[in-house]
Amino acid sequence: MLRMIAAAMLAALLLPGAVPAQQAEPLRITIDNPNIEPMPIAAPVFIARNAKAAEYASDLVDVMVNDLTGTALFRLIPRAAYISSPARLDATPKFENWRAINADKLIVGSVSMRRGKLTVRFRLWDVPSGTQDGDGLQLVGDRKDWRRLAHKMADAIYSRITGETGYFDTRIVFVAESGPKNRRVKRLAIVDQDGANLRYLTGGNDLVVTPRFDPTSQRVIYLSWATGSPRVFLMNVDTGQREELEHQPGMTFAPRFSPDGSKVVMSLSIGGNTDIYVVPLGTRQRIQVTDSPSIETAPCFSPDGTQIVFESDRSGSQQLYVIPAGGGEARRISFGQGRYATPVWSPRGDLIAFTKQLGGRFYIGVMRPDGSDERLLTASYLDEGPTWAPNGRVLMFFRDTGGAASLPALMSVEITGRNLRRAPLDIPGSDPAWSPLLD
Amino acid sequence: MKLMKLVMVAATALGVAACSSPPPAEEPAAPTISEGSVQYFNSVVGDRVLFAYDSSALSDEAQEILTRQAQWLNAYPNVTAVIEGHADERGTREYNIALGARRANATRAFLIAQGVDGARLRTVSYGKERPVMTCPSESCWSQNRRTVTVVEGAPTS
Repeated sequence: MLRMIAAAMLAALLLPGAVPAQQAEPLRITIDNPNIEPMPIAAPVFIARNAKAAEYASDLVDVMVNDLTGTALFRLIPRAAYISSPARLDATPKFENWRAINADKLIVGSVSMRRGKLTVRFRLWDVPSGTQDGDGLQLVGDRKDWRRLAHKMADAIYSRITGETGYFDTRIVFVAESGPKNRRVKRLAIVDQDGANLRYLTGGNDLVVTPRFDPTSQRVIYLSWATGSPRVFLMNVDTGQREELEHQPGMTFAPRFSPDGSKVVMSLSIGGNTDIYVVPLGTRQRIQVTDSPSIETAPCFSPDGTQIVFESDRSGSQQLYVIPAGGGEARRISFGQGRYATPVWSPRGDLIAFTKQLGGRFYIGVMRPDGSDERLLTASYLDEGPTWAPNGRVLMFFRDTGGAASLPALMSVEITGRNLRRAPLDIPGSDPAWSPLLD
Repeated sequence: MKLMKLVMVAATALGVAACSSPPPAEEPAAPTISEGSVQYFNSVVGDRVLFAYDSSALSDEAQEILTRQAQWLNAYPNVTAVIEGHADERGTREYNIALGARRANATRAFLIAQGVDGARLRTVSYGKERPVMTCPSESCWSQNRRTVTVVEGAPTS
């Protein structure tokens, strides 16, 4: 079990601030700019404050730096170029030595260990202005959670420099795939956002797809054919305990949690017709949201819980619609060429990401909730199933390049279209779902 | 109890014989299949029908096969069947589950209209999860857009 101690993230005041020389504002990154040059940063190995902490001094900083540089908003200046190395956390750096190697930011940290708990402190310095960039921070956690301490540092630094919430102390639940296409084995798996701590949640005997995180907890809802028919299941990813979402007729699929985690919106297929229902997890008394002879599926709540975006072929092909969460009149929002599917509402509420099919290609794109400002971010033989990072700035999805031997890969891209890359994961996978920020 | 009738099925009955090529030096022994068996249903009656892209409409050919399926199911009333609905990979996962359900239901409704008791026919959709052909072109996709009638409670062969 993961457990950071209660005082994990003090907005620590214990570090004496640098003498504030207010001659210049610290450098900031505006991540709306799709052509941004990576900001050069320097991050020396942390200062080990006792012998037991020494083994973490470089790993902590490496994991943190890897998070930051993975965004392509930052690049690490190689340590071999550093002219000096800070010996003490409370000393003001020799800025001329960092200006000489063109560092914009300097991260100085220390680590100590006592009774199995790591205490990490760090300060962010703005090199051009010669000032400390925000307060120093202290984090405390079990030694086995050392990677999470590094991710939390990266979240704090990313947030300070970009003004956006971080997304590094998060996990991805997904479907690990192996074997040829006509004998594919699919297993639920969970992994840290940076590819570490891969863990399988199911054994591979049952076909499983489309896991989705509860936005409020470490619970996952997914689809399994374990009973011989597609049915929705719930799983606690920490305990492995699973449960069928019972008392719903027909085939049940395309589940997603409501923003408060109390309800599930999903499709029920009864007599060949698929409609959307909301099922409160307490009563399990389902509420029908759509009632149409066409296919209504892939529903997703708006972050305030008042609306549901979904796809329907009622017009003749898959298009996106928004409907009040309690049912009512559906309003079509997609009007471009092609088919639109798998809509997912950003946690910020400002965008809806989707899969689009056009001319034999699949695309990941975003549009505003009223359907305006459609932008396509990726294209391939098969790009499908976007999921939002909790800060609403990055999408993960899966890509299959086609062919008998092809296996899908998890990919990510920023909503500006920047930094399209393979997720740092060694195994093939599909249907990613991003967790909320961990506590 | 129905008496099982043994029939001889020539291997070439399953497909079109290639007349232009010379006959093989040695004819394989013709298999013996019981008419009430799963094997007979799958290979002689035909266990699957194919669909056009994003369609659940039953073509004339599909209706012929399903008519034969219904006759066979009516002749063996103790047999039950699971109708699997499948889609090709040129669609999104959840939509394809709904599309497979639609295809399976269209198949089931046709069999019921031909006199098969609906209580014997269960449907399940696999969406795009269980392709039989894997090439990235229409020749494979067309084979994957299918329903398969899986009979249960009959002898294997």
